[in-house]
Amino acid sequence: MKKTRLNQVHREAGARLIEFAGWEMPVEYRGLIEEHLAVRTKAGLFDVSHMGEIMVEGPEALALVQYLTPNDAGKLLPGQVQYSALTTPQGTFVDDLLVYCLSVPDRYLLVVNAANTDKDFTWIKEKGAGFKARVTNESDRYSQLALQGPLAQEILQPLTAIDLGQMKSFNYAYGQVAGIDSLVSRTGYTGEDGFEIYTTSETPEVIWKAIVARGEPLGLQPVGLGARDTLRLEAKLMLYGNDISDKTTVLEADLKWIVKFQKGDFLGKVALEQQLAEGLKRKLVGFEVVDKGIARPHYPVYMGGQKVSEVCSGSYGPYVKKAIGLVYLPIEATAIGTEFEIGIRDKMAKARVVPTPFYKREKK
Amino acid sequence: MYPENFYYSQDHEWLKVEGEEAVLGITDFAQKQLGDIIYVDLPVVGKTVEAHQTLTTVESVKSVSDVYSPVAGEVIEVNQQLIQTPELINRDPHGEGWILKLRLKDKSELNNLMRAADYEKYLEGLEH
Repeated sequence: MKKTRLNQVHREAGARLIEFAGWEMPVEYRGLIEEHLAVRTKAGLFDVSHMGEIMVEGPEALALVQYLTPNDAGKLLPGQVQYSALTTPQGTFVDDLLVYCLSVPDRYLLVVNAANTDKDFTWIKEKGAGFKARVTNESDRYSQLALQGPLAQEILQPLTAIDLGQMKSFNYAYGQVAGIDSLVSRTGYTGEDGFEIYTTSETPEVIWKAIVARGEPLGLQPVGLGARDTLRLEAKLMLYGNDISDKTTVLEADLKWIVKFQKGDFLGKVALEQQLAEGLKRKLVGFEVVDKGIARPHYPVYMGGQKVSEVCSGSYGPYVKKAIGLVYLPIEATAIGTEFEIGIRDKMAKARVVPTPFYKREKK
Repeated sequence: MYPENFYYSQDHEWLKVEGEEAVLGITDFAQKQLGDIIYVDLPVVGKTVEAHQTLTTVESVKSVSDVYSPVAGEVIEVNQQLIQTPELINRDPHGEGWILKLRLKDKSELNNLMRAADYEKYLEGLEH
C-alpha cells in the first residue's frame, strides 16, 4: 500500500486509515458529520496527495490536450485552471480532470483521479504518440493539500505572500506557503470556497501543521475521505466509477458545458455530435428519498414495477440532512418532481427527482 | 472500556442481563467501525427471534449494518430516544445508546457468549 508524505501526521491526529485506490488514506478523524459541517461552516484540511499529476510538455502540448479533452484548453492562459475530461471515441469517460495551464502552448499539468492515474497515463501516451509532446507521470513527486470552507482564505493568507484576495475561482499562482514552494489554486471538490496546494517538497507536513496551527482556533478540522465524498455529492460533483465511467457519455452526465464543439477535433466529438442530434435517451439526475431509508450505490431503481436503473452515488447528506443521490433515468422521467422507487434492501422506497446541486453556497 | 457484567457476541452486540430480561446494544468497537449513526430501524415490540437472527439495522452515513440477536427471545421494549437521536449509540454505546430489551427464551444460551476479558482479546485478534 502506498503512503502519502503526510501518513505520520494522520496517525498522530488519530485518523482511521483505510485502503483507497492502492493508498493508505485517512477516512475520518473526529467523525464524518462533524468534519462535513466544519467544511460548510468554518474550514477543513484534506490530504489528497493520492491524486495523480501528469505533465504534458512540448511544442504540441496544447494540441494534444485539445485532442484528448472536450473543453477548450485553448482559452486558458498561464494562471488558469479548467475542469474537463479524458474522453473515448464514443464520448464516454476515461476520467474527469483539471487542466492547469502552466505555459502556452507548451506546458500543461493534468490532475487526475488516483484510481485512474496509471490508466490515464497509458492512454495519454498512446493517443499522444503522433504529437510533439512529452508525457510524464509526476504523481509520486507531488503532495496535494486541500483547504476548503468559508474561512479558507482567512486561514491561508497569513502563511503566504500570494495575494489570495486577487485570486479568482479556477485560477492559480506560485508562491511559498509556510516557507515551502507551492502552486496554490482556488479550486476544490466540496462546493465551498477554498484552495488546493500542490508541492514537490519532501516536507509537505510543514504546510499541514502551519495551517492546522493557524486554523484550529478558528474551527478548522482535518477531514477524511468519508466527508470528502458526502461534501462533493451535496455539491453534485462527479465521482468517477460511481457517476461517470467509460459506459456513460459526457452529455448523459449532464456536463454539456464542458463540451466545446466549435474548438476543433477531439476524441469523442463525432459520437457526441451524433448523440446530441439524435437526442439523449437517459440523463444523470439528482434525487431525494421521500420515504425512510438511505439509497446507496447499486440499489435498484424501478418505474412502474420495472427495473430501469441503479443508484450511482447515494448517501445521507449531513448538511442538507436528507438521503440524496444521483441516478441515470430514461430521458422522459428526468423532469423535476418525477417520482420513482428504489429497492432499499427488502423495502420499496419512494424517491423524487430534485433540482441540483443539493447544496449551493451563498456567494459573497 | 467494556463493562465486566455484560455478555458479548462475535458480531459486536452486548447484553446486560437483568433476571429473565436483557438490555441489548452494539459495542464501542462496532459504533467506531460504523461511524456517525443516523438511523436505527427499530423492531416492533413483540417480535420474536432465534439466536443469530436479524433484530434490526443500524445505518451510518457510509454504511448499513444488521444487528443480530445473540440469543433467542422476544422484544419487550425499544429505545424510543434513538428515533430522534440515533447518535446516542456513538456517544454512549454501552449506556444511553442501548437499542432494545429482550425477554430471554433460554438463559443457558448466555454460556455461548463472551465476557469482557474474552471480548477484548477477541478484538485484539481482529486488529492484527
